[in-house]
Amino acid sequence: MHTVDLRGICCPANFVRAKLALEEFETEEDVRFLLDDGEAVKNVPRSLKAEGHQLLSLKETPEGYFILDLKKGED
Amino acid sequence: MTEQSEKSHIDLNQLKAGGFIKERGKDLFSVRLRVPGGRMAVSRLKKIVEVAEKYGGEFVHLSVRQSIELVHVDFKHINDVAEELGDARQKVASCGARVRVPVACGGCEYNPNGLVDTQKSALEADAKLFGIETGHHKFKVAFAGCPADCPKSATNDVGFQGAVLPALDREACIGCGLCIKTCTVGAIIKGENDTPVFASERCIYCGDCIKVCPGEAWKAEKSGYTVHIGGKWGRNPLVGTLFATFLPEEKVVDFISAVLAWYRKNAEGLGRIRLGDVIIRKGAEGLLGDLRAKFPEYVVDKTIPPQIIDRQIGKFREKGR
Repeated sequence: MHTVDLRGICCPANFVRAKLALEEFETEEDVRFLLDDGEAVKNVPRSLKAEGHQLLSLKETPEGYFILDLKKGED
Repeated sequence: MTEQSEKSHIDLNQLKAGGFIKERGKDLFSVRLRVPGGRMAVSRLKKIVEVAEKYGGEFVHLSVRQSIELVHVDFKHINDVAEELGDARQKVASCGARVRVPVACGGCEYNPNGLVDTQKSALEADAKLFGIETGHHKFKVAFAGCPADCPKSATNDVGFQGAVLPALDREACIGCGLCIKTCTVGAIIKGENDTPVFASERCIYCGDCIKVCPGEAWKAEKSGYTVHIGGKWGRNPLVGTLFATFLPEEKVVDFISAVLAWYRKNAEGLGRIRLGDVIIRKGAEGLLGDLRAKFPEYVVDKTIPPQIIDRQIGKFREKGR
């Protein structure tokens, strides 16, 4: 699975970056995002869901950031 | 522009609901336009620009209650302004002791936070209640689409706040924990196997859990408006208190009408007084009981009088009003 690292990028640039990254993938493909705690993890998954992507899982790492896996929706 | 005779001719019907406000300068008025919920069709905006260029000053003022105000309009042109704006169905607003134009946020159509259609509510309330004379003082209404409450609904005589009560479908939950992370008020806590547990008494009905849930496990059990009554700002601010929860959108106009009727009757003989101060004088139970009889499913069991905000200036409240 491809990983897109969005850590250190603040809202809403991280979401825009995620959208641009998703353009490189095909519908139904799984993509992994790394997100900071706080605003990023609260907003980015919700916005990606609203764009029609299917959220598969979200896990917190011992280092304190989050791993979001999703399946890309229709373009 | 129609030809003006030398002598001023003013149709006083145009002034009935107010909205023409005397300025400092001789003969000059500001014209407050009626823009419920702050939504302005681009076509109407064009007409307003046209009329402002013809009769107004070099700028317009965007009021804090979402109106556009034309400035420096000569009183001789009041009719022309009202008529020409009327061609674009742009009406003039109100002022004085009347029901004012409701304010609202953008609502749920395009704002991802919006839970209810505040624009629709604002239009309905305005269509049915605009300009009604209260007999006592101004009467303001606001609609916020969610508990973020950008319109500061509880500083209005009647303030509506969009709300949704979430419920969890355990079967559909994938245990991602995103709702726990998202809930800012601690109403969702981690239970066994990392599954969420809902502490409903802490919930403020913002719906963030529903929006963030990847598996559609959180669903809306019910939605509507949280209603606060008796707020105002100004010289002696009051924050309105809770009178109803999950009031359906279609009951908004009837609810405001009921509050207005209570206000008109109960402020009798008290002079120029806002609703919140009437409630403080008479106690909140009277209004609460009156509303409960009409809206039993939505009115809360008990409430408190409007909350006085101590601004540390003056002694007004100590005089017992």
